[in-house]
Amino acid sequence: MTIDSIRADLLAKRTSAEEIARAALKFAEAENPKTNAYLTFAPDRALAAARALDRKIAANEDPGPLAGVPIAVKDVILTRGLRTTCASRMLETYIPPYDATAVIRIEQAGGVIIGKTNCDEFAMGSSNENSAFGPVHNPVALDRVPGGSSGGSAAVVAQGTAVLSLGSDTGGSIRQPASFCGVTGVTPTYGRVSRYGLTAFASSLDHIGPFSRTVRDSARLLQVMAGRDEMDSTSAFAPVPDYVAALDGNIRGMKIGVPKEFFDGLASDTGDVIRAAIQTLQKLGCEIYEVTLPHTAYAVGCYYIICTAEASSNLARYDGVRYTRRSESAGSLQEMYRKTRDEGFGAECKRRIMLGTYVLSAGYYDAYYLKAQKVRALVARDYAQAFEQVDAIVGPVSPFPAFKLGEKVDDPTSMYLSDIYTVTGDLAGVPCMSIPAGKTPDGLPVGLQIIANHFNETEMFRVADAFEKVSTT
Amino acid sequence: MKITEQEVRRVAELANLALNDDEIVHMTRDMDGILTHIDKLSELDTANVEPMSQVLYDSEETATLRADVVHKPLGNADALANAAVSGQGYFKVPLVIER
Repeated sequence: MTIDSIRADLLAKRTSAEEIARAALKFAEAENPKTNAYLTFAPDRALAAARALDRKIAANEDPGPLAGVPIAVKDVILTRGLRTTCASRMLETYIPPYDATAVIRIEQAGGVIIGKTNCDEFAMGSSNENSAFGPVHNPVALDRVPGGSSGGSAAVVAQGTAVLSLGSDTGGSIRQPASFCGVTGVTPTYGRVSRYGLTAFASSLDHIGPFSRTVRDSARLLQVMAGRDEMDSTSAFAPVPDYVAALDGNIRGMKIGVPKEFFDGLASDTGDVIRAAIQTLQKLGCEIYEVTLPHTAYAVGCYYIICTAEASSNLARYDGVRYTRRSESAGSLQEMYRKTRDEGFGAECKRRIMLGTYVLSAGYYDAYYLKAQKVRALVARDYAQAFEQVDAIVGPVSPFPAFKLGEKVDDPTSMYLSDIYTVTGDLAGVPCMSIPAGKTPDGLPVGLQIIANHFNETEMFRVADAFEKVSTT
Repeated sequence: MKITEQEVRRVAELANLALNDDEIVHMTRDMDGILTHIDKLSELDTANVEPMSQVLYDSEETATLRADVVHKPLGNADALANAAVSGQGYFKVPLVIER
């Protein structure tokens, strides 16, 4: 099912939005034990939205560009009245009093939210093993991770238990799970989609973005969510172009850059798929150039200073006062803070809060945080210089395909280093996406990353769409 | 070693995390690992680089102040709905000042 096929069925009255929602919920609930991708289902909300759509259709009103489409939302994005846990014990019973702007825009466009998806706790992780409610299993290979942190959102689209989903990306959390699960995932330009109602992890790096089966569907979903929002002062004023109208499949003459640094440390099975994908782009008439992003090797270190510093500040609010959980054994105020946080946060959150507090602490600010902000400027400059020569950049998303559950949990540094090809895009704030490029000999999906300059999502989608049209995966 | 157990204990206090002895040992090892990798940044001469605190891009001048219009606030009941403990329209916390 796609946005277009559902719309056609609804307008031809072959089915109703309520029937679609009921079937989607039934299928998702039946399939969920295999993957643990959903944390919460929203039958009441979904059916109410669907019935409202059916009334509109009966009255010959426009039901909206996402009419009747079953959509899952990552559980770090707030949904009014619908439990939002951030996959953390800390927020196990938290019921948001308002909706995220992205959620409001989706529902206004006729989208039907059917549930909330599992993820790494507070979106911190690359494997979805940091969820307080158990890991997500990759639907392509159930003994493997779906990637993270938006593992549940990638898995539901791969499994077919939602047509679209929302994820969030701070250092690769949309693209890497999209790559691991063989679906399309988009990290838009920083500021393109309002962050209002996205639980803050690292505010200067956080993005909301879509997952889908097709490039066209991601473009449509982004179209609905994008644009200035008064509630997020960092959301951009830039006009939102018609992404889908530009998808003509013709990318002849487009200049595509391949960063040589993205092939250091790349597993051979992944590299083979990526090189074949680049040949496909060449056959489509693209001009392929080698480009350099010379500060790539410094990006992971830079990223883990900035994101942990911001996380330690953002997660200070979980203090046992405002957000549901308070330790029952606490006596004094100080004890309440410490015990609540000790009981509420999992190991990875604690690690990042600790690292962030350390790099911001007296005497270390210049050596770590200020240094990282300067290196971030160098990473951004690398992209600016590359985009003087080329229209888009392509490369791998992850150094390797989906790994086995438990395989990397004991070595956080090596898990962090696996973000090498995704963090640079977030640091620079440029739009990037992952599309299925092929499979390894073991049958594991490999994503091709496509990166464009700020607000140039159109070029990124055009490359992805043209590739998708000739791709056999 | 980039960081000692003693430093980790001090940071845990600053971060309001009550880590037990076992957690301190693991945390020291994990933080040491990532801080060792982070050391790589010192290879770069950044003396003349402006720090980047937010994503920057070329854009037209835009008004960044919204219209000064009163909006309906969240409201007391909604704001307190997720409080760990509340009463009389306030968040309740353990006694802070002894009389």
